[in-house]
Amino acid sequence: MARILAYIVHRGGVADDSAVELLAAAKKIDSTQSPVAVLTGCGADVDAACDSLRSSFGEIWKIANQALAYPNAELVRQALVSVLPPSSILLVSHDHFGIDLSPGLSIKLNAAFVSDVMGIEAVDGDSLQLVRQEFGGQVSAHVRCDISSGAVINVRPGAFKPEPSAPTAGVVVDKSSAVGALAARRRYIETIVAEAGDVDITKHTVLVSIGRGIQEKENVSLAEELAEVLGAAVSCSRPVVDAKWMEKSRQVGSSGKTVKPKVYLAFGISGAFQHLAGIKGNPFLIAVNKNPKAPIFQIADVGIVDDILEFLPVLTDKVREMRGVSAK
Amino acid sequence: MKILVCARRVPDTSENEIEINGAGNDIERDELVYSINEPDNYAVEEALQIRDRIGGDVTVVTIGGEDDDEILRRELAMGANQAVLISDDAFSGSDGRGIAAVLAAFVKKGHYDLILTGVQAEDGAAQVGGMLAAMLDYPFASLVNSIAVEDGKLRVSREIESGNREINEIDLPCVLSIQTGINEPRYVGMRGIRQVASLPIPVLGASDVGVDQATVGEAGARVKRVDYFVPVLSKGAQILHGSREENADEVLELVAAKGGLK
Repeated sequence: MARILAYIVHRGGVADDSAVELLAAAKKIDSTQSPVAVLTGCGADVDAACDSLRSSFGEIWKIANQALAYPNAELVRQALVSVLPPSSILLVSHDHFGIDLSPGLSIKLNAAFVSDVMGIEAVDGDSLQLVRQEFGGQVSAHVRCDISSGAVINVRPGAFKPEPSAPTAGVVVDKSSAVGALAARRRYIETIVAEAGDVDITKHTVLVSIGRGIQEKENVSLAEELAEVLGAAVSCSRPVVDAKWMEKSRQVGSSGKTVKPKVYLAFGISGAFQHLAGIKGNPFLIAVNKNPKAPIFQIADVGIVDDILEFLPVLTDKVREMRGVSAK
Repeated sequence: MKILVCARRVPDTSENEIEINGAGNDIERDELVYSINEPDNYAVEEALQIRDRIGGDVTVVTIGGEDDDEILRRELAMGANQAVLISDDAFSGSDGRGIAAVLAAFVKKGHYDLILTGVQAEDGAAQVGGMLAAMLDYPFASLVNSIAVEDGKLRVSREIESGNREINEIDLPCVLSIQTGINEPRYVGMRGIRQVASLPIPVLGASDVGVDQATVGEAGARVKRVDYFVPVLSKGAQILHGSREENADEVLELVAAKGGLK
């Protein structure tokens, strides 16, 4: 069996939560192997992050270099190409960094690449059977990956539950000297933090959240009216922001806000995993969508197959009736 | 600036209920609504805007069959200068690496300063742009949500977590994968498409682009789909089957019961 490694993202000396998920995924491929954590960075930051993994990984490879202070995928790729053993399997979290790094890395390693993996079902010699989703999560697929020349596997955040295991006394191995001069044709300049927006959707108990099913900017008022009578805020999924119907500050998801309401009302939202990643705290989730195959119904508590443009005004009237408010 | 945009025609997931066929090896493709992959459309619009600001020309390329001509016409109607269809039975069953290899061979036959792809297509893999860049040995940035052209290089913003943006400077030539929302793609009507109906769209085969046949098709693929399936859920939503009025009443009761009515 090929050597299994996991590339771990860290910040401020702390390893990302995905570290234990990648460890769980590695154990699914080969439970007898002790996977290696690989970290890049520089100074005290990377040392602290390596140290924090000693209780979960048996071996931690540190690649320290001034040029790696910020995780620029082009430079990290060069470092990994120098350090990874031939034909190894590298696991990477499928986030904005993994999307940036892994496809190109697989080419430079002459390894196979599988993206956004949710399940690992079987290992048969040089073949791995994996589970992915296609068509916006409407269907799943088994894929078979030939790992004879190695593989880079991007793992969906949240898909692999960390498993309890006995604490290890991991060793940190310094691999920095294996990396030569690093030069990038893409240079990191700065990070611009998102603007706060007029309403803070992270502070609300109830969210009336709308997706592509709202169809037109004019229809957003249907959600605003319901939110007003409920005392809720209106949030949305990515297509609504893309279409410029709502501000980015209202977007729930991995590239938007993380919210923790008690009740989440999803209207016309298909339920792409990037959206669901922004809903935390296990709220009571009610979904209304005209497509019975919409993946949101897989995770909602209660579902209604209906046209939201018809359903929203009816629900708003019911709330008004209950509150004794006359319709406007 | 010479710009190449790689685009794909895909079943529109917002317009279709995707069902698996009887054999489980594909989705039911009869009666599906197809359109250009949404991020690819943003990529074409971005290319057109850059061209209109600083000059140059825009080529749109797709790999597929004769039906895929439809999206190339659409992008010509948007204002692309030329379109190319790369089509060969030898490409059937290619994995992402195979598709990237075809595009890399095509790029090497021409000269482009900037190559754009959509961030991902219907398989959600988000892989071809990064692979293509690595094959060409060009720099790459993914999830790009703004582009400014500066003296021989670009200043690009990437969408990272929490709505934050990562600003990078990137040398040309380069490959960028474009995120949705970067611009507002222009509307294309039937009339616009009719106006470009007679424009020639060259069709190139595997030998025309000069791709190494060992890397493409089923035989060259290291990643193969075995089947499609619908996962067995431990717990799906409880679906309400009442009338619209009854369902609204029930939703209201549930919201109240969960502490959602103040």
